[in-house]
Amino acid sequence: MSQGNMRLKLHIWRQKGASAPGAMKTYEVTANEHMSFLEMLDVLNQELIEKGEEPVAFDHDCREGICGSCNMVINGHPHGPQRGTTACQLHMRTFKDGDEIFVEPWRARAFPIIKDLVVDRTAFDRIIASGGYVSVNSGSAPDANEILIGRDDAEEAFEYAACIGCGACVAACKNASAMLFTAAKFAHLEKLPQGQVESDRRAVEMVMQHDAEGFGACTNQYECEAACPKEISVTSIAMLNRAYRRAALSSKS
Amino acid sequence: MTNLDAKIPSGPLEKKWDSRRFELKLVNPANKRKYRVLVVGTGLAGGSAAATLAELGYNVEAFCFQDSPRRAHSIAAQGGINAAKNYQGDGDSVQRLFYDTIKGGDFRSREANVYRLAQVSVNIIDQCVAQGVPFAREYGGTLANRSFGGAQVSRTFYARGQTGQQLLIGCYQALERQVQAGKVKMHTRHEMLDVVLVDGHAKGIVTRDLKTGKIQRHFGDAVILATGGYGNVFYLSTNAKNCNVTAAYRAHRRGALFANPCYTQIHPTCIPVSGDYQSKLTLMSESLRNDGRIWVPKKHGDDRKPGQIPEGERDYYLERKYPSFGNLAPRDIASRAAKEACDDGRGVGPGGLGVYLDFADAIQRLGEDAVRSRYGNLFHMYAKITGDDPYKTPMRIYPAVHYTMGGLWVDYHLQSTIPGLFVLGEANFSDHGANRLGASALMQGLADGYFVIPYTLGNYLADQRPGLADEQHAAFAEVENEVRARLQRLMDVNGSRTVDSFHRELGKLIWDKCGMARDKQGLEEALRRIPELREEFWGNVRVPGDTGDFNQELEKAGRVADFMEFGEMMCLDALTRDESCGGHFRTEHQTDDGEAMRNDDDFAHVAAWERKSDGSGWTEHREQLEFENVKLSVRSYK
Repeated sequence: MSQGNMRLKLHIWRQKGASAPGAMKTYEVTANEHMSFLEMLDVLNQELIEKGEEPVAFDHDCREGICGSCNMVINGHPHGPQRGTTACQLHMRTFKDGDEIFVEPWRARAFPIIKDLVVDRTAFDRIIASGGYVSVNSGSAPDANEILIGRDDAEEAFEYAACIGCGACVAACKNASAMLFTAAKFAHLEKLPQGQVESDRRAVEMVMQHDAEGFGACTNQYECEAACPKEISVTSIAMLNRAYRRAALSSKS
Repeated sequence: MTNLDAKIPSGPLEKKWDSRRFELKLVNPANKRKYRVLVVGTGLAGGSAAATLAELGYNVEAFCFQDSPRRAHSIAAQGGINAAKNYQGDGDSVQRLFYDTIKGGDFRSREANVYRLAQVSVNIIDQCVAQGVPFAREYGGTLANRSFGGAQVSRTFYARGQTGQQLLIGCYQALERQVQAGKVKMHTRHEMLDVVLVDGHAKGIVTRDLKTGKIQRHFGDAVILATGGYGNVFYLSTNAKNCNVTAAYRAHRRGALFANPCYTQIHPTCIPVSGDYQSKLTLMSESLRNDGRIWVPKKHGDDRKPGQIPEGERDYYLERKYPSFGNLAPRDIASRAAKEACDDGRGVGPGGLGVYLDFADAIQRLGEDAVRSRYGNLFHMYAKITGDDPYKTPMRIYPAVHYTMGGLWVDYHLQSTIPGLFVLGEANFSDHGANRLGASALMQGLADGYFVIPYTLGNYLADQRPGLADEQHAAFAEVENEVRARLQRLMDVNGSRTVDSFHRELGKLIWDKCGMARDKQGLEEALRRIPELREEFWGNVRVPGDTGDFNQELEKAGRVADFMEFGEMMCLDALTRDESCGGHFRTEHQTDDGEAMRNDDDFAHVAAWERKSDGSGWTEHREQLEFENVKLSVRSYK
């Protein structure tokens, strides 16, 4: 076997469509340690097409860890075993010759499977639509430097805003809760003066939409934080809970 | 001959946009809700346009092929966004941003467009901050700036190395707000496969629902394309895997002229290719050149580790050749200089296709923590991909395709040669000339969407009766049939080669013959070989699965089929433009020290290509560029 090559046994979830039954199927593939995980799947797919079989469907796009498209559970971990990493950033040097790798889709009632590893995550868009924004029309903004924001607050807001909306938090949670996703957006806006005006309404609406989508409740196990490729902190959830209680008690919303 | 009237307002440069805005017709608020506008693409340009038009009262239907509008490729932009705020008091102004951008584009863009871009740049920052975009701040709470290639002032606003992401999320939130308000209907996982013309005007599109394979017709009183660039014609580029030219090319086939396709930007700082399986290239932000120093060994074939090469045996070639801009020379110049060093046998790493980007001096000067706070996420990304630690050993970088300045031809109103078809952002050709400066793409996308199209679209719609046709119109049926036939034709080939294998071959051919350096002989060879490859594609491609299903190979096949035609037009443009300018470097036209040599007498024009109706080739139309406010000079960064 040439330098850096490895022979792998893959067990991949195959499912034709939302209502079709799915099953794990086994494949063998030769990968190289310099490949990304998705490039390894590309190699497998090329071989499948050449053999006349259907390739494995999976979402991907930027392949540099920022678009949030890729989503797969690798050996039981959303995005794989490496912390702070999306599946597309995972490199095969993490694995070795002879390894068996299990690849499955995100599993959650609110993320129905479309095909193989591809799931429907539009519930996230609806959570944002319910209140995850500042209501400001184009052209009506004051001069940017009229809103002073301390460096530390801006940095903290950024930490929450770094969420890529991939859904790993849901996949990691035994309740399939999307609280980390919801709270990250809430906390991003909550840390900024621009977000204050609509804070109460935002907290209530986003939580209600989260629940309406069929995501489970948060029971503070923090698997979400461990699985988050952007390592977003669960302190955001505390922030959202606090704001939700405050809003629920006030008559404004 | 199509009349290329750019509709540039008369009068002094600084008054043009104001006077045009006053002249433009308005649609009164009560009438806006009678119009339906289709927006294809939801990146910075499309997302900002869709949100803003909905805020104004239009009914908007927006389409993206991703599973969420938040994933458009704008999200990957790292470095920043320019604006002439002059918050640093370092001599910036609208005039200076205008001049830098015109000069950076090697005097191949329109003065009026670029000036307007510089004017509205200041509004963009205000808008984004109001939305909650967490830009970098000083301790006192004001906005921070950094400098970027091609500029000697600090005018770039940024959110660490994730500026595109943060701007797009701001724009996406504004869009979702309008979805909630019922003013935008969002179609995710929908790909536009053709545009529908009724009496010569764009009045709709035909899409494929990627989840179900269903072909659908959509009527709109106007159609806006904001579908990004065509960098993936090269197969390997920093573009996201699914970026494609299909929407723009389909519009081109329906009669929209395509301008300057040969203007492509090769970004100097990307992670080098590691093997044949490589699926895409990763950019390392240009902002790294603020503190990183680029060098290669002086000696040919020097295979010592970088740390073992003494200072005196290193060639910091950008600092040597361009002392006043140094490592911040514009992208095209920095890329060519890297190629030159590697062609000279002094490249580093496997295959000798790499140069060092070294932070040792910066770490010594500022400390590791300061370097980490500026570039931490980029260093982290580099380490993940390569397994090397850039705090300890220099990064290895090489140029890669990054952005495309060419695009559908548009006038000052961003309208293409098809009435009612508007084109925004990277998909149009309008503002960057032959080379785009760093941090200008985000600026243009948002300028077009937030601050230009909301005015110019109304001027078109004011003359249009709302709901002129509907999906039952014969033109829709005809286009739908053509779309279906084409998909079926792809499936029916049932050959033996995969779509990717064709895409790789096309990409390599175009990179070799129409990449960083081009010449007549190579381009002529490409023009011979592309049609051969295209013929083989249509005779031997294998697309598994079926059309009425989620089928990613079919999606790719349709896009690659368009690249197979588009690539030919691109090489034809490169061959016809017999000069060097910006990112278009014809080896026949260079100075003694290897700099691009423009020919303003014969080529100070926009080349806009019309596809012959029988598909046998293209006809060139020219829009002469008039320079009334800047003097065409040799671009010098020395």
